[in-house]
Amino acid sequence: MSDRAKTLEGAPAPSADEAVPDAPASASDLALIARLRARDSKAFSDLLDRYHGPLLRLALVFVPSRAVAEEVVQETWVGVLDGLDRFEGRSTLKTWIFRILTNRAKTRGVRENRTVPFSAFSDQDGEHEAAVEAARFKPNGMWGVPPRRWEDDTPEKLLMTAQAVQHLEHAIAALPPNQRAVVTLRDIEGLDSHEVCNVLEITETNQRVLLHRARSKLRAMLEEYVERK
Amino acid sequence: MLTCQQLTELVTEYLEGRMSFWRRTQFQMHLGMCKHCRAYIRQMKTTVATLGQLPQEPVPPDLKDELLKRFARMGPPEQK
Repeated sequence: MSDRAKTLEGAPAPSADEAVPDAPASASDLALIARLRARDSKAFSDLLDRYHGPLLRLALVFVPSRAVAEEVVQETWVGVLDGLDRFEGRSTLKTWIFRILTNRAKTRGVRENRTVPFSAFSDQDGEHEAAVEAARFKPNGMWGVPPRRWEDDTPEKLLMTAQAVQHLEHAIAALPPNQRAVVTLRDIEGLDSHEVCNVLEITETNQRVLLHRARSKLRAMLEEYVERK
Repeated sequence: MLTCQQLTELVTEYLEGRMSFWRRTQFQMHLGMCKHCRAYIRQMKTTVATLGQLPQEPVPPDLKDELLKRFARMGPPEQK
């Protein structure tokens, strides 16, 4: 069995046309690697500042506690230092770092009896999870209870209070882990779909289905929050 | 013609640019005529943008110091 198939934990391996090849490191990645190999401590300090928070956020998807997630992130940084001089640029630097994290976090998750099924079709919620509850549509499929335009519809205004941030963080934490991992990497960390597929070793289709479900739920939560305000 | 309910299930495919030309045309025709679906798409885009603005935790100073020291102790890369 290939490594990729194994990581899908029981789900069928992606067909050849769906497997996503790595995108090579960008010119700026290679420049940063050159600085790191020249032992430029400012470059490493910037790397820590840039990726520590995102790594912790992703680790929390795979392991049951914050303490364990922090250990996994620390191990990831040690792994980055150990592998730095062997990094060949076959993937982007971001993909490489996040992949070190997911490998360590998955191993740790298994040890802590928590595994993340990465097939879109193994959701507890079932395959036919609706983006919007059916009761909001008329029998002809048109809106019965339509969405309203949000008055404060900029991210800055929506996240103005600590309560709003907490609310959204809770909604993210409540997502099934596979949806949470995808939306974390795509929408919170800003990876493109290609990079997410490579980090999580899932197909484009799975990535899109998981992203759709996660975004739909988070939109619904924000809608409820905005209307309750 | 697409229904509003169908459109809500196709939003991610649309935003990801993964639709066929014909599907995209149908989708855009529906959006042109339906202000509720336009509001829905706007909410979805706002949701995505808001996620991108969530605050990130900084690296704890102790850990940063420890890792920077470790980095400083590393010798030059081995020549291949």
